[in-house]
Amino acid sequence: MGLTLAEKILSQRAGREVRAGELVVVEVDQVMVVDSIAGSFFKRLEQLGATPRYPEKVAIVIDHVAPAANVEVAKAQKEIREWGNRHGCRVFDVGRGICHQVLIEEGLALPGGIVLGSDSHSTTYGAVACFGSGMGATDIALAAASGRTWLRVPESVKVTFRGRLNPAVSAKDAALEMVRLLTADGATYMSVEIHLEDGAESLTRSQRLTLANLSVEAGAKCGLVVPSGEILELYDVPGWLYPDPDAAYVREVEIDLSALTPRVSVPFYVDNVQTVDSVMGKKVDQVFVGTCTNGRLDDLREVAEVLRGRRVAPGVRMLVIPASSQVLEEATADGTLLTILQAGATLGTPGCGPCMGRHQGVLAPGEVCVSTSNRNFKGRMGAADAEIYLASPRVAAASAVAGFITTPEALEQEVSHV
Amino acid sequence: MSRVWKFGDSINTDDILPGKYAPFMVGEDRFHTYAFAHLRPEFAQGFRPGDILVAGRNTGLGSSREYAPEALRKLGLRAIIAKSYARIFYRNLVNLGIMPFEAPEVVDALNDGEEVELEFEQGVLRRGSETFRLTPPPAFLLEALKEGSILEYYRKHGRFPGEGTP
Ligand code: SF4
Repeated sequence: MGLTLAEKILSQRAGREVRAGELVVVEVDQVMVVDSIAGSFFKRLEQLGATPRYPEKVAIVIDHVAPAANVEVAKAQKEIREWGNRHGCRVFDVGRGICHQVLIEEGLALPGGIVLGSDSHSTTYGAVACFGSGMGATDIALAAASGRTWLRVPESVKVTFRGRLNPAVSAKDAALEMVRLLTADGATYMSVEIHLEDGAESLTRSQRLTLANLSVEAGAKCGLVVPSGEILELYDVPGWLYPDPDAAYVREVEIDLSALTPRVSVPFYVDNVQTVDSVMGKKVDQVFVGTCTNGRLDDLREVAEVLRGRRVAPGVRMLVIPASSQVLEEATADGTLLTILQAGATLGTPGCGPCMGRHQGVLAPGEVCVSTSNRNFKGRMGAADAEIYLASPRVAAASAVAGFITTPEALEQEVSHV
Repeated sequence: MSRVWKFGDSINTDDILPGKYAPFMVGEDRFHTYAFAHLRPEFAQGFRPGDILVAGRNTGLGSSREYAPEALRKLGLRAIIAKSYARIFYRNLVNLGIMPFEAPEVVDALNDGEEVELEFEQGVLRRGSETFRLTPPPAFLLEALKEGSILEYYRKHGRFPGEGTP
């Protein structure tokens, strides 16, 4: 019996063949800490009486509340800078961007590597076949102190995407469909191993990041995309970094990309995935484009394409927050942002924005938000009864123009009917 | 005696501690007073040390925020009985010294608000004359829990449970 991609990575690192179910202690390549967890991380290291064993392998990103929203946060962020300097750890300061995007851009998450993040969406690194996994402050502190972590080698669920997306459909729709099929706990403790075949290899790194990002919404420990296409152009991919054809999977799921239609995840759970048609016409108060799921250049370009020559509907607030300073620069240079701003959208500092309800666009009771993010839990973006509908950047942009949930295609039709 | 605080399936970390009440936002000394602030506003006031949490499937799904279970720990929680757990939450519980029992039948049998007695090291739960047995977590984790937490374990031994000398 062959090995899955997760078993390959952990075997390589453990220096012996390991199988699902075994416990391993392995070296990690990078430990990522976000601003909101940094305080607990420092406290745990103090309790351990330890400092980072390899300071260059620890990166702290100020992104969850950036710039600081109150004095408490400002103090915490000041401490991060001082601590980083003192220990020689990298600090990515206000405006650099969202942790996961930054680690990918900085080349700190690489094929075949192991990256632990103090954030559940650390599965995102799986887009480049890096074993990325989220953990709490204690585990993260132990990893920084020891350079290692303990892991149970996960079982794997194989998800095969086939064919090509039609132009009205995005990687986000494919990712939501995957979460719907797997359900919110369908891959708990497991690796979601994503295979792209029959044309799906053409999915870009950015699109793969969206898939790997959402794998945690099925409970996954990691979401590994088998390297192909653009990944082979961007990285040196080691020859061993492929699953064996006879690897064992707990479950196998297939998704035909060419047959997919736009999706939306309705409150209050991510796996409540429906077709956009079923919620078409729902009135919207706010539209948020950004986050580690869909805040990249290609996402913003899709938004601009929909917004070109149009206006955001009266009474709707449209917030656009690029995932990183690099995305912001590129979207400025190629005119994407101008188109978005001319349509009446508001620009925020690269970072998480209102994704977790702390600042820059929290929701009032009863409000409805279409968001390109990855979670629609009760109270996630503010008031407990505010509603978050998760959708692709295209659907988000069309909904901003219409003032209710819709698709760019439906928007076209409406215009041509007048 | 411990009071049972029973919840349904899929309580997530935003339910347990909404992001806006993170220690990072409201201070280290206050965040635990917002546990279940949206879902069950009377919880933080009413919870007494030693009370137990009983929950359904996929307990603790969502973010990696260790301060969610830490808020519960600060209120005096030492054990949870659930049908199943989300991965990161499970690790965080063990790391904080909260015993995660997985026992779907026991969850179904218990009612919110009733008083029970839990000897958590033995995994024995009593309700009146009834006795329930709870399967303890895997040996590897118990080894860490015995030292109080994984931090204590690592500090003492300089290695992880089950690992040879580094
Ligand atoms: S953008 Fe949202 S989901 Fe992504 S890391 Fe930030 S808060 Fe988490």
